[in-house]
Amino acid sequence: MTGQCHVSLREAVRRYDGPPAVHALGPVNLEIRRGEFFSVVGPSGCGKSTLLDVISGLVRPSSGSVHFEDKELRGEVPDGVGVVFQEDSSMPWLSVRDNVAFGLRTSGLPKKEVAGRVDHAIRFMGLAQFAGHYPAQLSGGMRQRVCIARTLVLRPRLILLDEPFGALDQQTRLLMGDELLRLWRETGATVLLITHALDEAAMLSDRVGVMSARPGHFIDMVETGWPRDRDSRVISDPKFGALTARLWSSLREESLKTMGHAA
Amino acid sequence: MRRRRAAFVVRAAILAALIAMLEVGCRTGAIDPLTVIPPSDMVASMVGQIGSGELDASIVSTFSTILIAFVLAVILGIATGATIHRFARLRDVADPLLASYYSVPTFIFYPLLVALLGLGKAPLVVLGILSAVPAVVISTLSGLDSVAPVLMKVARVHRLTAARTLWWIVLPAALPHLFTGFKLALSYALIGVIAGEFILSGSGLGYAISFAYQSFDNRTMYGAMLFVLLVAVIANGILYMWEGRLARRRSRG
Repeated sequence: MTGQCHVSLREAVRRYDGPPAVHALGPVNLEIRRGEFFSVVGPSGCGKSTLLDVISGLVRPSSGSVHFEDKELRGEVPDGVGVVFQEDSSMPWLSVRDNVAFGLRTSGLPKKEVAGRVDHAIRFMGLAQFAGHYPAQLSGGMRQRVCIARTLVLRPRLILLDEPFGALDQQTRLLMGDELLRLWRETGATVLLITHALDEAAMLSDRVGVMSARPGHFIDMVETGWPRDRDSRVISDPKFGALTARLWSSLREESLKTMGHAA
Repeated sequence: MRRRRAAFVVRAAILAALIAMLEVGCRTGAIDPLTVIPPSDMVASMVGQIGSGELDASIVSTFSTILIAFVLAVILGIATGATIHRFARLRDVADPLLASYYSVPTFIFYPLLVALLGLGKAPLVVLGILSAVPAVVISTLSGLDSVAPVLMKVARVHRLTAARTLWWIVLPAALPHLFTGFKLALSYALIGVIAGEFILSGSGLGYAISFAYQSFDNRTMYGAMLFVLLVAVIANGILYMWEGRLARRRSRG
């Protein structure tokens, strides 16, 4: 399933003009393979979300280049890319069904096809009982599932997730992680997950990139070696502890820098 | 729900008690009938005037003017608010002006408007707009401020055009704030138009009230006043209920 390069960054740098001017990211060199589950961890403020913005096309790199499916991104989100944000991005004026269908409003697909896709995404994310509810009537985790379903109906080939479970409790995070793995397996999409949780990255990913303190660049790449049909039970595997420890040892010094301490 | 119902009952009881006191006061002579007539007579006068059709022309004239002023104030207010929101430097200039706008008595411009636009509907419409538009501008600004940045990112991820972003995301997201502006705009348009008719116009409900007042015809005056009051309360009540429905749907569990 995984193999050829799907996303690549070459010497990608992002600076924000001030005041104060901020060098937020890079230079970053990265290749994500088609169908790969790739996670990024790093200290707070290291530029993880900027990396996601650059890869999605929401933000153009100040220098260097980003390619998706061999086409260079020039500050626009290309077709085939879906993004789930950290913040709740459900639309409170739309029902769950209409939220999920939102992405297909401009698709030009026949109504029947749209209804079929929406039903499938709603069922897939376990929201069938809540299709007529409004976001205000749902928990934070369910609202995030609505946002994932809204991305899913577009059948993206690249799914970008920016700390989507950041506001959830640990049990819900584990269960949502299982749902994410199922989604990844069934869609065959490439997944890029930004997270601050080392255990989440170690459990879900094929490969984890560790970023330095700002301006963020990759200081370590860790192959997890998990089988494709894994789930949250890998946390009881002895290798899981070793992986998490490896990630932490790479990250500890950078986190201390962020906090203003010497290593 | 029970609290809201209780508040409604208390509100209605206070209103009923005040009306009853006024009725008793007028009937017993404690209140001079040349000053205020009993509420039951006000109702009878209002029903009589509406039934006889003598208010028809005034009703059509006044409410069509209010409606035109309201609709134009909403369009103009949203366009102005969106423009000010778009340009930060323009906002720096406009913010203090908007904040102090209500200290300007717009009615003083009515003679000027008559001189410029004549004695027809136009000066009243302009007066209604001048009264109503700042509320829409201010509510548009706070509405646009309230649109979550993440929703604008969603628009970009879905590659929406500027028009679709406005129609599908910005306006629905800002609607609760806009609604507050619409409610205020309706009230201010009504006040502006009726006050304008009161001062100089030769037609409309404001003029009818003013004419009855100057003719010492209290019965006609209070009947027309009650009618204006009831229409204003009902129109605002409809907007209030509509807003409540929207708010209940959106409020976080």
